[in-house]
Amino acid sequence: MSLKNNLHKLKEKYKGKKMAPAFNALHTFLYSPNETTHSGSHIRAVDDLKRTMNTVIMALVPVLFFGIFNAGYQHYAAVDAANGVIREASLFGNFITWENFIMGAWTVLPLVIISYGVGLAVEFIFAVIKGHEVEEGYLVTGMLVPLIVPIDTPLWMLAVAVVFGVVIGKEVFGGTGMNILNPALTIRAFLFFAYPTWMSGDKVWVHQAVERAGGPDAISGETVLGFLAQGKGAEISYSVSDMFFGFIPGSVGETSTLLILLGGLFLIFSKIASWRIMVSAVAGSLIMGIMFNATVAAGWITETSSFYGLMSFEYWKHLIVGGLAFGIVYMATDPVTGSQTNRGKWIYGFFIGFISVLIRVFNPAYPEGVFLAILLMNVFAPTIDHYVVKGNINRRLKRAKNATVLPTDSEGKAKELKAETI
Amino acid sequence: MSKDIRIKKGLNIKLIGEAEKTTSKAALSNVYAINLQDFHGITPKMLVKPGAEVKAGEPLFYNKNMEDMLFVSPVSGELIEVVRGARRKILSLKILADKSQESIEHPVISLGNASAEEIKTLLLKSGCWPFVKQRPYDVIANPQQTPKAIFISAYVTSPLSADLNYSLRGKDKEIQAALTALSKLTPGKVHVSIAKSGESFFSGMDGIEKHSVSGPHPAGLVGTQINKIDPINKGEVVWTLAPHDLVIIGELLLTGKFNAERVIALVGSSVKAPKYYTTKIGAEVATFLYASGVNSENFRVINGDVLTGVKTKPEGHLGYYNNTVTAIPEGDDYELFGWNKPVFDKISSTRSLTFSWLQPQKKYDLNTNTNGEHRNFVLTGFYEEVFPMDIYPLQLLKACMIKDIDEMEQLGLYEVAPEDFSLTEFICVSKQPHQQIIREGLDLLYKEIG
Repeated sequence: MSLKNNLHKLKEKYKGKKMAPAFNALHTFLYSPNETTHSGSHIRAVDDLKRTMNTVIMALVPVLFFGIFNAGYQHYAAVDAANGVIREASLFGNFITWENFIMGAWTVLPLVIISYGVGLAVEFIFAVIKGHEVEEGYLVTGMLVPLIVPIDTPLWMLAVAVVFGVVIGKEVFGGTGMNILNPALTIRAFLFFAYPTWMSGDKVWVHQAVERAGGPDAISGETVLGFLAQGKGAEISYSVSDMFFGFIPGSVGETSTLLILLGGLFLIFSKIASWRIMVSAVAGSLIMGIMFNATVAAGWITETSSFYGLMSFEYWKHLIVGGLAFGIVYMATDPVTGSQTNRGKWIYGFFIGFISVLIRVFNPAYPEGVFLAILLMNVFAPTIDHYVVKGNINRRLKRAKNATVLPTDSEGKAKELKAETI
Repeated sequence: MSKDIRIKKGLNIKLIGEAEKTTSKAALSNVYAINLQDFHGITPKMLVKPGAEVKAGEPLFYNKNMEDMLFVSPVSGELIEVVRGARRKILSLKILADKSQESIEHPVISLGNASAEEIKTLLLKSGCWPFVKQRPYDVIANPQQTPKAIFISAYVTSPLSADLNYSLRGKDKEIQAALTALSKLTPGKVHVSIAKSGESFFSGMDGIEKHSVSGPHPAGLVGTQINKIDPINKGEVVWTLAPHDLVIIGELLLTGKFNAERVIALVGSSVKAPKYYTTKIGAEVATFLYASGVNSENFRVINGDVLTGVKTKPEGHLGYYNNTVTAIPEGDDYELFGWNKPVFDKISSTRSLTFSWLQPQKKYDLNTNTNGEHRNFVLTGFYEEVFPMDIYPLQLLKACMIKDIDEMEQLGLYEVAPEDFSLTEFICVSKQPHQQIIREGLDLLYKEIG
């Protein structure tokens, strides 16, 4: 008897029982279901939510692999730097090496395992308790979470945050498709506010920097934004190409702008993520950056100001450091928590870019703003949509008022249109 | 004067099983059936009892809420069964056909002099009125209202549908008569949409406003055309008719007889030799299905096209409004890793390891598998790509789901019928039943505001 038949028999056996959702989830992971249409369209397109989520995960895999190598590379580079040896990054020279991979995998994979393990466990428990199918939303969230946290985030902390994020960020609203805030960012925000020392500063971005702090073999792990926020822009040793290719410290997945760009293009090409949000968010960040650059150029801010470092940072460079690019491509485009109308997406994306750079500059204690900007705009997305849809409603109302042929009653007399009642 | 309507948004679904342009006469059906589900929102009151002999065109029942609205028998014979469901609801009526057919005859009216009232009365009395549908609500038209315009779509874009230029051949006189009569029922125009490219059967017709339409499906749906030509505002009513129903109306006007004969297209990949058949409303599907042969045992027969039709069986009967019968394979099987492997043999609106975008002209053999499970709405901006109306489809669907009548009105529910959401339903990643949601929304609005 084939696996397919065995699974089918089990599915029938557990139908209507408490454990059915958990069992169905495993079954539909292996086999797409045998469900057929009943009414309406008798045929359906091939895409389902699993395929959609799978496409986003595929767009994230290169970033994950780069993050693994970079974790190893940054560690060894920092150790070298502590010993007075300054490395120059070279992709096939000292970056893609077994040494870096093993070190990176040893630190990154536990984050992935905890993220998926804990998150999916919570999803399964909720599905069984509430009697609905296990939904696919966490497939992407589970991948995003390890990519947006510092490399040495304690695993227990991550587990607690994942439970919080899935329960409070999603399940209490009714699960995938019903949540207001991006679940991955809710997890990130929880970590940020609950354990701030592990989420910011100059010791969390490179593996073992915290452990070795204060010791004779202490290593440093300051990010580009960290340098700028502290007014130590002159000490940045990374070139523009380092920043673009990603040979810099930062959260696991955020450093390689190149791969994020390619991931974004893949998502746009596959039509899974909104290009409108991405384009307008880039435009928003550039405009805010230009405004800050102009402020410095006009002489309104002097070098003594604590904002000078980030304000004078060239506007386009904001896109290649920190998590801005990652946030724009993978987080802002979340269709559930973002704006749902096409016109709304332009506005929503623009403000994400705009506010991200704004927060970066004015929040020197934690020079990263994209996740706060996205969460803020998540809250405003329904309002944006409301006004966009209102425009359509008003258009319909106006059309009704201007209607030339009026409906008639049974005697053939034209009736007054009660347009104001619409 | 011809006006151009160009639709950009949409999706042409090309399927295997198009009907070859040859017509056969279908075998005579022993039993003809009227399926009451075809007449949405009608409460039937029977006029004849089982065992009674009826002639073709003789009333079988009327609409309880509008007693003038009669529904007639397509053939002469004996009413052998009134099939009832839960709470004695009438599901269908079965008539055992006589060998020799007799019809009721109505006096022929002079179309040139006939008033709107006369025409209306004749259509109601003869059983042709149910062919006239109305929007809002997508139900049989209320004869007491006057529509601001009448719309007929002669541009067919739905997958595998009958080619009107072929199936209506030789029916010019009947159709012209029907159009002339209909033009008297509205102070507005009778809008007929024809394909921009190629010859149309309706090109030479008089007394109508012609519109040349181009673009992918749903450009051929009458709802799309109404939205582009003269959208419905609150308080307004328009009527719609299908071109093939004009033939029956026209024949009634010219001869005084209700002739339920119709040329239908038998299509779909499960049919060995898809082609056209001449048959009658209510005929058994088996009388023409097996004449063309079927490819396997496991298939689904659909009264209508694959996007909007109604599921039936080989022993089922041709629907009241259908000129297409489709047979496609059932997809009740599992597929290993069907959700993540590259797909070449199914249609997709995305490019997520799916490759139908590479071959837009390729014809596909789609089955009835949903290709996924029902989920909450997740993706946004998708429906808008195939929904050409100035309406927010996702927001309207959500308003219907939460039964927010104000929102439903404001977002344009008056303008749509379930069929307008067939394409959004087809591409829906969350596998939501869009047409059912819209139908329930329309029913609620009809009940509350009517």
